[in-house]
Amino acid sequence: MTANAHFDAIDRRIVAATQGGLPLCRRPYAAVAEGLGLAPDEVMERLRRLQSLGVVRRIGAVPNHYALGYRANGMSVWDVEDGRVGELGRRVGALDFVTHCYRRPRHRPDWPYNLFAMVHGRDRAEVADKVGRIAELLGAASRGHDVLYSTKILKKTGLRLRGEKEG
Amino acid sequence: MSGSAPNAPNVLDALDRRLINALQDGFPIAERPFSEVADRLGMDEAEVIARLERLLEDGVLSRFGPLYNVANMGGAMTLAAMRVPEARFDEVADLVNGYVEVAHNYRRDHRFNMWFVVACETPEEIAAVLADIEARSALPVLDLPKEEEFFLELKLSA
Repeated sequence: MTANAHFDAIDRRIVAATQGGLPLCRRPYAAVAEGLGLAPDEVMERLRRLQSLGVVRRIGAVPNHYALGYRANGMSVWDVEDGRVGELGRRVGALDFVTHCYRRPRHRPDWPYNLFAMVHGRDRAEVADKVGRIAELLGAASRGHDVLYSTKILKKTGLRLRGEKEG
Repeated sequence: MSGSAPNAPNVLDALDRRLINALQDGFPIAERPFSEVADRLGMDEAEVIARLERLLEDGVLSRFGPLYNVANMGGAMTLAAMRVPEARFDEVADLVNGYVEVAHNYRRDHRFNMWFVVACETPEEIAAVLADIEARSALPVLDLPKEEEFFLELKLSA
């Protein structure tokens, strides 16, 4: 990793050691530090810095949507005027039921959509209702949309950074 | 959804729900972080750890720890989509899933029926993986990297 000068080899080892999760013990950061031959304070200090740089988005729990009863997952995709997608994307992303919201490139003619908003619900009817609220918010700035429901997880391993320079 | 075997949400008790909701907001960086969380929730450190172990084991939580933003490490990531003929779906899913760079892959109910996330250390590697998938599957791949992120937060209430 050279593209970010604020991210050095020790940071990288900390990421590789924790990307699978934090150990569940009373002093989890000290346990990580011990595995890496570092002082606990150094691990905590670096994690704080990585969090302030946005390399660590947050530290916490990721729930399994399905286990919480959110069985329907609809990726809503919208063809929004380029001049307004920034402003409208922020408003869509702020809706409390939208978990991810991104602007992505169109690939016409196959793919005219440039705004993606992920919506979870207990069933498809609930997702459809929430998508309707996004449609209202976008109004005439959206020239078309679609909803892609997930029907199967084919793979889910999370992101994996290789440790050090192996492989 | 058949990719996981979720337990019924009603196996969660009120403390589990409070713990899950609290931990979606963040976890302290401190010597005894579980103890701080326990104090906030009126629980005991050992109980917080034991509940987290159980929630992870039961699959209610898929992960607990730092969530990294690959792009901010200098890495690269994209969302890719394919239109896979039904008769070839399993074969192409195996091919795509075989790449370590493919982190998630979902089947979706659409003519673009395969959607996967590719994460690498450089944009060049992303391009190489996508080109390799195209060559081996003989199918085109749509490359849809994020250009702007409006918000990203898990805020599902338990």
